[in-house]
Amino acid sequence: MSLDKVLTARDLRVEFGLPGGRVARAVDGVDLDVAPGEIVALAGESGCGKTTLARTLLGLERATGGEVAFGGVPLGRSTKALKAYRRQVQLVLQDPSGALNPRHTVYDAVAEGLRIHGITDDEPDRVAEALSRAGLRPPERFFLAYPHELSGGQRQRVVIAGALVLEPSILVADEPVASLDASVRGEILSLLLRLKEDAGLGALVITHDLGLAWSIADRIAIMYLGRIVEQGPVEQVLTAPRHPYTRALVSVLPDSPVAEPIVLAGELPDASRIPGGCRFRPRCQEVASGGALKVLDQCEGVDPAVLGPDAEPHLVACHLDRVLDDPARMAA
Amino acid sequence: MTLLEFRDVHVTYTGSRGRVPAVRGVDLKVEAGKVLGVAGESGCGKSTLAMAVLRLLPKSAEVTGEILLDGEDLLTMGWGRLRAVRWTGASIVFQGAMHSLNAVQRIGKQVAEPMLVHDRDLSASDAAKRAEALLERVGLPASRLRSYPHELSGGQRQRVMIAMALACDPDLIIADEATTALDVMVQAQVLQLISGLVKERGVGLVMISHDLSVLSSVCDTAAVMYAGRVVEQGPAHEVFARARHPYSAALGAAFPVIGDPASRRNPGGLAGDPPDPGRLPEGCSFRPRCAVAVERCAESAPELLQVEGARLSACFVAQEGEPVVLG
Amino acid sequence: MTASPTTSPRALAWARRRQSFARSWAAYRAQRTGMVGLVLLGAIVVLALAAPVLIDESALSVTQATGGRMEPPSLEFPLGTDEVGRSVLALTLWGSRLSLLIGLTATVVAILIGTAVGVTSGHIGGAYGWFALRISDWFMVLPSLVVAIALLAVLGRSMGTTILVIALVSWSGTTRLVRAQTLTVQARPYLERARALGAGHWHQMTKHIIPNVLPLVLASATLLVPSAILMESSLAWLGLGDPNVVSWGSILNRASDNGAVSAHAWWYLLPPGLAILVVVLAFMMCGRALEAVFNPRLRGEQA
Repeated sequence: MSLDKVLTARDLRVEFGLPGGRVARAVDGVDLDVAPGEIVALAGESGCGKTTLARTLLGLERATGGEVAFGGVPLGRSTKALKAYRRQVQLVLQDPSGALNPRHTVYDAVAEGLRIHGITDDEPDRVAEALSRAGLRPPERFFLAYPHELSGGQRQRVVIAGALVLEPSILVADEPVASLDASVRGEILSLLLRLKEDAGLGALVITHDLGLAWSIADRIAIMYLGRIVEQGPVEQVLTAPRHPYTRALVSVLPDSPVAEPIVLAGELPDASRIPGGCRFRPRCQEVASGGALKVLDQCEGVDPAVLGPDAEPHLVACHLDRVLDDPARMAA
Repeated sequence: MTLLEFRDVHVTYTGSRGRVPAVRGVDLKVEAGKVLGVAGESGCGKSTLAMAVLRLLPKSAEVTGEILLDGEDLLTMGWGRLRAVRWTGASIVFQGAMHSLNAVQRIGKQVAEPMLVHDRDLSASDAAKRAEALLERVGLPASRLRSYPHELSGGQRQRVMIAMALACDPDLIIADEATTALDVMVQAQVLQLISGLVKERGVGLVMISHDLSVLSSVCDTAAVMYAGRVVEQGPAHEVFARARHPYSAALGAAFPVIGDPASRRNPGGLAGDPPDPGRLPEGCSFRPRCAVAVERCAESAPELLQVEGARLSACFVAQEGEPVVLG
Repeated sequence: MTASPTTSPRALAWARRRQSFARSWAAYRAQRTGMVGLVLLGAIVVLALAAPVLIDESALSVTQATGGRMEPPSLEFPLGTDEVGRSVLALTLWGSRLSLLIGLTATVVAILIGTAVGVTSGHIGGAYGWFALRISDWFMVLPSLVVAIALLAVLGRSMGTTILVIALVSWSGTTRLVRAQTLTVQARPYLERARALGAGHWHQMTKHIIPNVLPLVLASATLLVPSAILMESSLAWLGLGDPNVVSWGSILNRASDNGAVSAHAWWYLLPPGLAILVVVLAFMMCGRALEAVFNPRLRGEQA
C-alpha cells in the first residue's frame, strides 16, 4: 500500500449559517483515512452529515475548519490544485439517472472527464477501456446509447466508468446502490470490490445500510451528528459493536449479532442543536437504563474527543466504553 | 379466518405499447391477525396488486379474477359498497408520506376527516379526541395535531399516515413500501408499531417491500413476485434464510445478514436487469438471469407448486429437490 | 471545442443527434398551427430574398418613378402608387427585406445578450448574479418604446442603431427565462458530477447548461422576432427609422405623413400593414409550436 496516495481528513469541520443566526455543524470534527486498496464504509442515519463530509472530501464544499489532504498535500483552493486533486479522487453519485446529462451519449458522458483534463490521446480507447472495466461489454455497443435507453444498473456503471476513465486512486461513492433495484445492487457492489482487488482502487462508500458495509467494506466508520462515534475493521465493529449507538443500529437488523433489538426513542436532533457533553447522551440506552451511571458526569459534561488516527484499529467515542475497556486491556 | 383472498388475479394495462401484463395470475391469502409480505422489485406487479384491492388502478388497467374481502368480491361490488369498504374494510399506507398529506391542513384535521366522513353522527370534538388517541397510539405527542406536515420529520409523517389508515378501524391494512424511505432506526420504530397493532387488534396486514430482510422480521408468510407472478411462497423467515427459488435467493442476498461469513466480501446479485413486462421471455421469465436454469426452463413456465411443508416454489429445479443456489 | 478528430463514434454521435432532431421535427409537424406558420414564413422569406429578381431596385427611386400621385390599383400597379408615383407592391416587397433583417438581427443580438447574462447570472450567482438580475429587471419595467425613442434621439437614426436599440429594450425577458432554466439545470446531479470531475465554469456552462437552455431560447427567439418587427415598424412610423431605406414601418410613416388617410388611399396603407400582421402571426405560430416541442411542461419529457 503506497502511503503517498492516502486521502486524509483531520479535524474536519463544516458549518452552515441558518436563518436566525443559528449555525448548523454538519461535520463537527472528523478524522478519516482512505487508502488505495481498501474500502471504507461511512454509515449513519440521514442528516448525520455523511453526505456533507463526502462533498467536502471532494472539494465541492468548503471546510470551515480542519483539513483534507491527499498524499500528505493539503487540498488547495486554487482551481489548478483542485483539478489535479480531482484526477485522483472521484465521485460516484447516488442516483445514476440524474447524474448523467440526458442529452449526452454514454461516450460523451465517459469522455467528459478526459476532455476536462485535456487528455486527448486515444480518447475512444480510454473510453472503451473504462466502460469494460465498469462491466459494460462490449463497450462499443454502449457508445451511442442515451441514458434513458439504459437500465438503472447500466447507468450506474456508466457513472462509475466516467470516474474510472481518469484512473483515480480513490472513489467516493455516495449511496451508490440506494436507488437501484435490489437484485442489481450486488453486481455494482461486486464491481467496486473487483476494482479494489484487481486495480488497488480505494473507496469511501457512504451508506445508511450496514449490510452493504458487511458485503464489501474493510473498515467502517459510524457517524452520528457530524462526528464519527466508532470506527474500525468491519468484522469487529459490526459483530461486536462497542458504542451504544452502533449497538442499537446493529440490533435492529434481522438475525443481528446483538441479541435483543434496541429501538432508540426519538430521532436524530438538528445539527444546529448538538447536545453538550456526549452528543448521543439524550438518546443513549445506557444512560436511560442507568448502565452508564458511574460515568454519567462525563457523559453530561465532557465531549468525547475526536477519534484520532491512532495505532488502535478500533476506536470508540464513548465514556462508558473507556471505563469498561480498561480492565480488559490491562488483563490482556 | 381468511380475510383477504386473491384468486387467479390478472391485471393488464393497455397503453401506447399495446397490452402489458402487470400481474399474471396471483393466488394469495391473508388471515386476520397475520402479516403477509409481498417482495419484489420495481415493475414486478406488487404495487399494482395492492392498488387492485381497493380498485385504485387507472381505467387503462383491466383486472380479472377475484379479490375476496371477507368473502365478498371487491371487483364486482357496487361503488357505494366499495366506498364503505375503503374506509372500514381496508386501507392503504403508501410510501412517500409527504405527497399523500395535504400540505396546507393541520395534521389533526386530516386524521379526523375520514372519521367524520364515515360517521355522520360523530361530533367534531369527539373526532378530535379520537384523532388524539390515534396519534398517541402511533407514538406521536397529541400536540402534533396542530402541526402542519412540513413541520414533521419523515418518520413522524409516516406515523401520521398509519394513524390515518387506522382511523376507521379497518380489518385489513396494506402497507406499500411504507418504511422504505425511512432510516434504519425510524424504520425499526415503525415496524415495531405495525407488528404491535396487528397482534393487539387482530387486523390483517399486507406488507409490500423490496426489502426481504424487513419482511422476514415482521411477516408470517412471504410471497416473492417476479414479472407479475408469485415465484415463491412460504413462512417468511424460511424464505429469507433458505430460499427455494433462485430469484428469492438473490433478493435475499442483496440484504446480507451481518456476521454471516458467506456474505462477507461477497455481495450477492444477479446478472442482467428485471424484465420488461411488455416483452417477457419464453418459458420461465426468470431464465435469462438464472444461474441454475435447465433445458426445460426455456420450454414452459413452471407452476407455483409445493416443494416441502408450507413452501411453494415456481422453479423446476427446486421442485425436483435440487438446491437453487450454486456453490 | 472538442479536440479529437472525427472518429467513428463522433460521426455516429452526429447520426444520433440527427435522429433526435428527426424526433423533434416529427413532434413539430404534428402541430397544425406550427406548420401553417412555417409555410407562411417560408413564403415570405422566399419573396423577400427574391425581391431583386422580381422587381428591379430602380423601382424604389423617387426620381425614376413612373406612376402618378397615389394612383389606385391598376394592371400596371397592382397595389397602386405612393405620393411620388412608385409602386406600393415594389415598396412592400422591398420593405420586407429590411423589416425581416432588422427583426432577425435585433432578435439575435437580444438573445445573445439575454442568454449570456441569464446563464452567467444563474451559474455564477453571488453579487454579480444579483447585480445582473437588477439590471435586467430595470430594463424590463422601463416602457420600451419610450426608451427606444430616447435612445434613437441620442444615438442618431440609422439601421445599426435601430437594431441596437431594439435589442437593448428586449433582452431582459430572455434573461429571466434563461436564468430560471439555468437554476433548474444547475441543481441536477450531473452538474455536481461534472464539478467533481474537475469541470470549470466554462465547461459547465457550454457543455451542460447552454445545450439545456437552448431549445427554450430558440422558442422564445421565434416569439421575439415579431415583437422586434413591430418595434421597428413603430419606430419607423414615428419617423425614427433610417431615412435612406424602405421598411414596412417607413412606408406607413410616409403614407400617413402625405395624407394617405384623408385621401382614402387604402392601397397605400393596407399592404405594409397586412404584411406586418402576417409576418407577426407566422412567427407567433412557429414560436408557440416550438415551445410545445421543447418545453417538457407542455409536452412529455423529451429525450
